Formats: sequence, structure tokens, C-alpha cells
Amino acid sequence: MARHVLERLDATMRHAIVESGSHVGDEIVVARREHLLELLEHVRDDPALDFKMLTDLTVVDYLGQVPRFEVVYQLYSLGHKHRLRVKVRVDEEPAECWVPSATGLWKAANWAEREAWDLYGVRFEGHPDLRRILMYDEFVGFPLRKDYPQNGRQPLVRRPDAPSTDDQTTRLLERSHDRRISG
Amino acid sequence: MAENFVPTVLQDAINWAQKYSLFTYPFATACCAMEFMATMGGRYDIARFGAEFPRFSPRQADLLIVIGTITERQAPVLRRVYDQMIDPKWVMAFGVCASTGGFYQNYTVTPGADQVIPVDVYVPGCPPRPEQVLDGLMALQRRIQDHRGHVQREIGATATVTLRDRRHLPILQDGTSMTLEPHERMPKDGRVR
Repeated sequence: MARHVLERLDATMRHAIVESGSHVGDEIVVARREHLLELLEHVRDDPALDFKMLTDLTVVDYLGQVPRFEVVYQLYSLGHKHRLRVKVRVDEEPAECWVPSATGLWKAANWAEREAWDLYGVRFEGHPDLRRILMYDEFVGFPLRKDYPQNGRQPLVRRPDAPSTDDQTTRLLERSHDRRISG
Repeated sequence: MAENFVPTVLQDAINWAQKYSLFTYPFATACCAMEFMATMGGRYDIARFGAEFPRFSPRQADLLIVIGTITERQAPVLRRVYDQMIDPKWVMAFGVCASTGGFYQNYTVTPGADQVIPVDVYVPGCPPRPEQVLDGLMALQRRIQDHRGHVQREIGATATVTLRDRRHLPILQDGTSMTLEPHERMPKDGRVR
């Protein structure tokens, strides 16, 4: 679809790219974290690329792989009508589990990065207001990580005589979840 | 027997009046609300049962209809709405999400509104058809007429679950990060250092 984007990036930003390729019609670039902002700024401002719009910013948890997380930027050019997917690989270690914030490049990154932090615990260094956005402040942990228990409810309020929820369905779900992680 | 006759007849009259003048508070959070609208509309017409008057203040309502999914984050709000209602008050769980959490078996959805407030009538369905809702409403009206009181009673006050007394989360078999390390926790001021 937009192979020329990859060709242009290979020519100009070689040092920032780990690997690149196409998959089912989508162009994908895996960036080095230390050059991520440089790459993102380049694809935004280069007139031939012109990725003015950050469609979405998400995280994928590849539990068991090293590095564990992948932060994914979905970019779109309103002028050229082409798309690009930029990925950064992030390690699980808390000291290393961060990427530079893209809020300075796209304002749309603000809430998306808060959501990514809230659910996956990937920090976005330089974010102006990195707080939880979906879960409540009392919540402990990051619920969309693959090793978070499926029924890890952290209730804010309960009746003392509330009906038990420790039913067979719940136990079966928990067991299947545990098997998926350890196997 | 004669001295009991007048109070009994009077109580029957009060029950009759109560069951045909239920002021509803629709706590509508999800897609079930569409079916509630159909129930209120002319075809099914909840007005035939005297419950057509939605009050959007809990202080004026005596039937709380929990319509839709209740998340853990929203549960304190539902509890507060219930506490603001004045006795006598009843609660209907509208749809499976309000009844049991439905198919949401995860960290974010409360497994039923009855975890937070006492519920008198459960109407299953995803969403329930208006006939089912009217059936549930008539079941509640029978209960009011018979003066049988609530299905669930509250023992003691509902406590807010604090971080300290929250049950410890299960540790996974392989011992990998349960994401509970202190340095990973969200700081209270919300800022990341």
C-alpha cells in the first residue's frame, strides 16, 4: 500500500530503525527507543510522509518474550491518505519499562498514554499528567498485563452479606487462565 | 378478631396504593436501557401497572431499577443513590449484568448489583424482553400487596473496602510479577517520578 514510506524511512532514518516490513498491507517500523521521538517527529514533519494524525497508541504484552512489551503507534496521513505503524519494544523491568512521551508531537497522545500506563504500566517519560484514566486510584497493579488474574477484582464497596461469587464458573475460568500462563 | 379487621384492611389499602404507584428511578448504564424505553413506550406501556413515572431524583423514587452493567468504579455511586432513597424502597435488577455481572468475568465489572445493594427482583435476559420486565414488576407488586417485605435484608452497614483489608490477590504459579511491587504502584499524588 505505502511501500514508498518504508523506502524513504530506510534512506533517511536508518539509525533509528531496528527492522521494518509489510504485513497484510500495513507498513510496520520497529524503532529504537533512544531515537523514537526523532523518528516520530521526522515522519510527522517530512512533507513526503506527513503523518499529522496519531490514530491510536496501544501496548501489546508478549508475556514470556524478551523484551516483553511493544508500544504501538498507529499513524495516518490526512494529506497522502497512507498509514504507518511504529513499534517500540520495552522491557518488563520497572526501571526500563518506559518510552518517551509523544505528547509534544501529537496532543492526541495524552489520554492514550495515560490509558497505556493505567492498564499496562508502561511509563511515558515527559508526560505532563501521567495518572490513571480508566481504573480508580485505589487499584493496585495493571489489569491488562497477561499475568494479572482474570478475576482480580478489587472492589471499592461491598455489602457485608453479599451473595458469594466463588462459583464454579469463576474457578474454571481462573484455572484455564493459570494454565495458559504457565504452559 | 374484630379489632384486627380495620388495621388489616387499612394495610391492604396502603399496600394496594403502593404497588400501583411505584415511582421508578432508572439507573441506566448500558444497552438494557433501550429495552427499558420499549417497556415504557406505548406498545408495552408500563403505565398499565402504575409505574410509568420516572423520577430522576432518588429522593422522590421508591423503585430503583438497575439497568445495565455495574462496574467496580461505579458501584459506590449506585450505593449512594440507593442510600438517598426514602423507605419504603425496592430494587429491580434489570438484565443479567445487573443480576450477576453477565458474561463479564473480569477485573472491572461488579458480579451483580446485589454485591452492593439488596435486590428484590431479578429480571434475566440480555437484554430482557419487555414482557419479562412486566412479569418481574408484577412479581414485585404481588410481594408488596402481600406485605412480605424485602427479598434480601441488610445485616450491618455496607463498608467501603479499603486497601488495607482488601483480600490479597492470588500469586501466580510461575512467580512472575503480579505487578504488586511497591515501586510499581501508582503514587497517591498520581505523579510518576
